[in-house]
Amino acid sequence: MEMKSQKIQPNLLLVDLLRDVLNLKGTKVGCREGECGVCTVLVNGEPVNSCILPAMKVSGQSVTTIEGLSKEDELDPIQEAFVDAGAIQCGFCTPAMVLTAKALLEKNPHPDESQIRQSLSGVLCRCTGYSKIVKAVQNASLNRKS
Amino acid sequence: MEGILKEIHWGKEISVQQYHQPLSIPEALDMLARYDGKARIIAGGTDVIPLLRQGDLLADALIDITRLPQMNKVEADGGSICLGGLVTHAQVCSSALIRERAGFLAEAAGTVGSPQIRNVATVAGNLISGQPAADTSIPLLALNAKVKIISRAGEREIPLTQFFLGQGQTALDCSREILTQIRFPALQKNQGGCFLRLGMRKALALPILVLATVVTIDPGKKTIKDAAIAIGPVAPTPFRALKTEAKLRGAPISRGSLEMAAQSAFEEANPRSSLLRGSLGYRKEMVKVFVKRGLSRALANAGAVVTEEV
Repeated sequence: MEMKSQKIQPNLLLVDLLRDVLNLKGTKVGCREGECGVCTVLVNGEPVNSCILPAMKVSGQSVTTIEGLSKEDELDPIQEAFVDAGAIQCGFCTPAMVLTAKALLEKNPHPDESQIRQSLSGVLCRCTGYSKIVKAVQNASLNRKS
Repeated sequence: MEGILKEIHWGKEISVQQYHQPLSIPEALDMLARYDGKARIIAGGTDVIPLLRQGDLLADALIDITRLPQMNKVEADGGSICLGGLVTHAQVCSSALIRERAGFLAEAAGTVGSPQIRNVATVAGNLISGQPAADTSIPLLALNAKVKIISRAGEREIPLTQFFLGQGQTALDCSREILTQIRFPALQKNQGGCFLRLGMRKALALPILVLATVVTIDPGKKTIKDAAIAIGPVAPTPFRALKTEAKLRGAPISRGSLEMAAQSAFEEANPRSSLLRGSLGYRKEMVKVFVKRGLSRALANAGAVVTEEV
């Protein structure tokens, strides 16, 4: 979606713009200090913590949230891979995990396991479901037409 | 209950009334002057925003400098490497120039926070936060880096050795000045560097101990001509083990010299005990281990072989 010119409070953070102003609740709030990564969105394709990013910074930039991945009824292949691998437990970190995986595969379609773990290292999963999450990203990578 | 909730910074709003995005350095400096100390520079914001939320920092306005031109470049300038004040950790980590000419700095930049943090957090910001074990302050201190600072009064360049004044304090006045450039000599053929970091986990963990060293050897590869050893947190500021460095100057490249340096740095370092990040005793012991390991890897990177004591 394109956000038309809109006045916002100067102290508004990106996560609050997304959740409270635009009503996009897919982006989660965890620690609010840039530690847990569940608020991750992509700004110009790069993962950032939206809880510590002033909303003003993204004016004129492209922001991708989890809502932007699926098309109508069709999930993004990375989302499919997460579902197929059972890489979701409570689901709270899932939007952030999927988006960081998306950013990784856009840049490097066939990463090895350590590259995957490195890219996902900024999102904490407290169900500790990391193994299946890594597996899902590996499957998504294999399924890609290269 | 309400009182307790107020203590939690989670929901706290940030008390900033204005947010400016100047497009030139003079414009930014004028804005700072207009707020007369009540505005604060923000770049990546990964330190500034949490500080504002916790109430540890108060500002009427934020002046976002990330749209200033020409400040996001990594460039070679003769034998030096220049990092613009807006260069991020991710940029340093992936820069071919830095990987080739100061590889251990690229490694260090890759350990800060998480990928999300490194994508926005600037190296200049890491210096300005003034933490004694900042992951890029330590290697830049070992590289004898200098920083360029601009204000309405003019421009000055000072070495990092004079930049760090105390825990969280630097020579930069954040309400009037902007750090525009970090400059350091690229490593020469007879030099080697090494960065070591001890943390509770591999990502998103503050360091227990960080060490960076640069050694210079003689052409015959028998003697240490010079050594720079930076360690944190073993003092209120990022620390150079100057006494140990002096003892290493002219010392033979041998295990004995490394043992001597480890003992000397052990005596020189003065870490604090931290419940979360290791006791004083543990940190001091690890200083010994890190000095030996760091020097030996840096010497190997300079092309030397460490011999047994003759």
